[in-house]
Amino acid sequence: MSSVDATGLAHHFEDLEQQREAATLGMWAFLVTEIMFFGGLFGAYVVYRTMYPEAWDNASNQLDVFLGAVNTTVLIGSSLTMALAVRCAAKGNNKQVAGFTFLTLLLGLVFLGVKVIEYKHKWDHHLMPGPHFELNGVVGGHEQIFFALYFAMTGMHAFHMIIGAGLMLWVIIKALRNDYTPQNHTHVEMIGLYWHFVDIVWIFLFPLLYLLGKHGHDIAGAATGGH
Amino acid sequence: MWKGIPLFPDSASTYSDAVDYFYLALVVISIFFTVLVAALVVVFAIRYRTRPGSAGAVQIHGSHGLEIFWTVVPLVIVMALFVWSTKIWFVVTRPPAHAEQYYVTGKQWMWKIQHPTGQREINTLHVPVGVPIQLRMISEDVIHSFFIPAFRVKRDVLPGRYSTMWFEATKAGTYHLFCAEYCGTKHSQMIGSVIVMEQADYELWLAGAAAGESPQAQGEKLFAASRCDTCHTGKPDARGPDFKGLWGKQVQLSDGSSVVFNEDYVRESILVPTAKTVAGFQQLMPTYAGQLGEDQILSLIAYLKSLSDPAQGGAKP
Amino acid sequence: MSSTVATPAAEPRTNYLNVDYGWKSWVFSTDHKRIAIMYLITIAFMILVGGSFAILVRLELATPAGDLLQSETYNKIFTMHGVVMVFFFLIPGVPAVLGNFLVPIMIGAKDLAFPKINLLSYYVFLVGILLTLTAAAMGGIDTGWTFYTPYSSTYSNGQVALAAVAVFITGFSSILTGLNFVVTIHKMRAPGMTWFRMPLFIWAHYATSLIILLSTPVVAITIVLVALERLFHVGVFDPTYGGDPVLFQHMFWFYSHPAVYIMILPAMGVISELISAFSKKRVFGYPVVAFSSLAIAVIGFFVWGHHMFVTGQSTYAGVVFSVITMLVAVPSAIKVFNWVSTMYKGDVWMTTPMCFAIAFIGLFTVGGLTGIFLGTMGLDIHMHDTYFVVAHFHYVMVGGMVTAFWGGLHFWWPKMFGRMYPENMGRVSAAIIFIGFNMTFFPQFILGYMGMPRRYHFYPEEWQVLNLLSTAGATLLGIGYLLPMVYLPWSLKFGKVASKNPWGAKGLEWETDSPPTTFNFDKVPVVTEEAYAYPEGARHQPEAKVV
Repeated sequence: MSSVDATGLAHHFEDLEQQREAATLGMWAFLVTEIMFFGGLFGAYVVYRTMYPEAWDNASNQLDVFLGAVNTTVLIGSSLTMALAVRCAAKGNNKQVAGFTFLTLLLGLVFLGVKVIEYKHKWDHHLMPGPHFELNGVVGGHEQIFFALYFAMTGMHAFHMIIGAGLMLWVIIKALRNDYTPQNHTHVEMIGLYWHFVDIVWIFLFPLLYLLGKHGHDIAGAATGGH
Repeated sequence: MWKGIPLFPDSASTYSDAVDYFYLALVVISIFFTVLVAALVVVFAIRYRTRPGSAGAVQIHGSHGLEIFWTVVPLVIVMALFVWSTKIWFVVTRPPAHAEQYYVTGKQWMWKIQHPTGQREINTLHVPVGVPIQLRMISEDVIHSFFIPAFRVKRDVLPGRYSTMWFEATKAGTYHLFCAEYCGTKHSQMIGSVIVMEQADYELWLAGAAAGESPQAQGEKLFAASRCDTCHTGKPDARGPDFKGLWGKQVQLSDGSSVVFNEDYVRESILVPTAKTVAGFQQLMPTYAGQLGEDQILSLIAYLKSLSDPAQGGAKP
Repeated sequence: MSSTVATPAAEPRTNYLNVDYGWKSWVFSTDHKRIAIMYLITIAFMILVGGSFAILVRLELATPAGDLLQSETYNKIFTMHGVVMVFFFLIPGVPAVLGNFLVPIMIGAKDLAFPKINLLSYYVFLVGILLTLTAAAMGGIDTGWTFYTPYSSTYSNGQVALAAVAVFITGFSSILTGLNFVVTIHKMRAPGMTWFRMPLFIWAHYATSLIILLSTPVVAITIVLVALERLFHVGVFDPTYGGDPVLFQHMFWFYSHPAVYIMILPAMGVISELISAFSKKRVFGYPVVAFSSLAIAVIGFFVWGHHMFVTGQSTYAGVVFSVITMLVAVPSAIKVFNWVSTMYKGDVWMTTPMCFAIAFIGLFTVGGLTGIFLGTMGLDIHMHDTYFVVAHFHYVMVGGMVTAFWGGLHFWWPKMFGRMYPENMGRVSAAIIFIGFNMTFFPQFILGYMGMPRRYHFYPEEWQVLNLLSTAGATLLGIGYLLPMVYLPWSLKFGKVASKNPWGAKGLEWETDSPPTTFNFDKVPVVTEEAYAYPEGARHQPEAKVV
């Protein structure tokens, strides 16, 4: 019953402008809930970091900063290609939309691939939280909580990336069908917003998870005799 | 009080009457506002009921004066109540300095209690009248809550962290002890009694009960049996810190920060020695997680504490 | 406002109910009204499920000994009662049924902004229900609806992970509904429908939606962590690994306290409509009532710590949470006084919805005032986790939200289905509910002060009289709730045909047909006056004369 006419206007809206504004507000409201969703995890992170600073540094130093930095670059690149895709959609150039979106999808997959390598490494080194967790021969240290949050945060982020990849495919299909017009390209704009949000989450995750230990290490390193 | 329908539980602690007075004040305020609102609603419903020939509604948009009135009046009342209740709160949460230390361990579904003189009880707590008593409590499994309605006090008993509560009984008698935080299948059977006795009766009871050793004596034995004394020798070349006079002081840690040497720090260091290492020492200590029960850790704490107590022959603070 | 010509009742026009037939026209419908009806049926079913659990609990507590059920079963029953009632009735009750039906109509829109997402929210809700019932069938859960760690994450033998997933999923249904309301209220209002011409029902739903958007995701991630803990023993809430079980409580109540306002604010919106319509008056102090909803929504985010006065959070944190909690009493009191003043010099018609509205004012006043008892720390240290808490939140939730739900359902029943319910039966059931409710829950205040802890299967014998009274009241209350569940469906076929505006009430929903057409209005209405613009000297005309 929610019929859509030839210009892409759904029956219950007065005009395309109203429809676009509704979609934009809806997307922003959704992103606010997403912030609160990740916010819960960040809150837990802050609480435990304050409780166990040494364990936090130790655990953070187990992460591969190089791979993290590569992934950060890849994601920032994908944000750029996404932004370009939205710009092309505004011009109604569907071919370029498909091209840039494909690039974005590719970069997203590279990110996920690197993540798989990192997870595999954690698995091999008994850094999966649970009964088999072991760090430097110690079982059941507070480092386990860091890794629990690491997997929860990056896992949730990766889950959002996977959904994003699905959305990219949708954009590509629509672009190949020449669905985007300068008047109506809200679809790709909204998905672009979502993708940028997922990137921004990573921009917070990278320093908090990967770099934090390096900072703590300089202070604590001498006294603890290294890790 | 009505027969068969009791309205108030026994009042048997130094602050239970204060709680009751506050409660009664709130009951009076609540009755006043409930009756006021109910009366207005009923009177308006009858007085202005629609009927043939009724005058019809008079349209009123509102009144700034009234809005301010019923914003300010409730605000003043609740703020006054807040101040009053917070005063009680500070009494209930701040134990007197000289309170006797009792230890409580909760587990599914029983309370284990140890007196400062060493007596152990399960699901029963004997206490003397007129002596402030502080309970230091920990759980071996899930969250419990130690609740004595007659004293108007309760406190959650957490796993992994000590919590405390205090009371001073005023009236001899036997009172309910409940677990108030849902803790599993037999939650409603994790109950017992608090038996308040006159001083002399309590002394008699202590004498009659299997005395056992005091917690710090047990802790001292455990300190040796667990080989704590091989490193914590108290000598200058020791591999672990000396505990004499350390209790309650700030301790420098190897990462430059500092921590108070108290129950929670000691417990953490026994179970996770790597967490916070004292400055100037190598991290060599093995973990005792799984080897020492919560009761035993409490005894060790009692012992370490006694090392800083001049009355017990420990170093002066 | 646009005037409309009365339609002859004999020849019903096309409306959303008869526009097409067949199950597909319902299960794939994106019409907000049809989705509301699907929610209504589903929620009615959940009320029966949750209600039967309640009856079992009260029957068990008729005697001090645990002689009807085993402890394990009793624990599962009260958990299921809480989970079903909170997540599948109290939270979605008013917004998903009445809100879904009325929000677009009241602001003059054809539908919610995202009709497909609205339908999705219903199916997400349904999946949540199915998973919960599956968890119940596979052995149940015994953690209480609060899922406190580490009992839920490590020690319970129940289907915690499955139930956690169910609650997680149901949360997304709320989020989608809230999202839809926010966007609809912002962007879809009819010409002339300014913010301060909106009915208070809309204001209440707007405030509620904001709370849903900001708080539900936090409980969602918390529940994810509990499930991870449960399945993989990751240690986040497990003290064995240094995890902090109290952190769970902070995260849980950060949602679940605002959730209380998710339950009560829409109910307050309903009450504003009822009192105004049946007093033939503007709502006294309209902007104050509107802003008090927002005030409750905002303050509600900063009071979660009052659930943890005795968990050992710092003394001063307790003080801060307590003083903010006190502040919530103010906007609540403002609402009550404004409702009462609305009746002053009105033309009061004591229909069934008005009976429910008046019952609401009484019960909510008691529920709100007893909230002050629990927000003050000196008393809470005694009353926390006792039956006083149980009585308090039932006064607010059941006496408040459920009473408003029944009132609203009766009020808009003719609009939703085009039929009148039997008026006298309605008044009788309202009276039975009011008496039964007070009999059930008032004794629990006394029990709570006596010290009876909640979630107790056994209790000391001296408390039996009060418990028996409560059980007797619950029986009466059960009858009161069952009555409308019989006569309302009966009225669908046998009720008198309702006119467009059987109550002579103001509001856009009364200017369209009963039941409305698929797109709600024949042409977009233009709003030219404030909400509740009853004329001076307005009087009720009993419906017989109108038709």
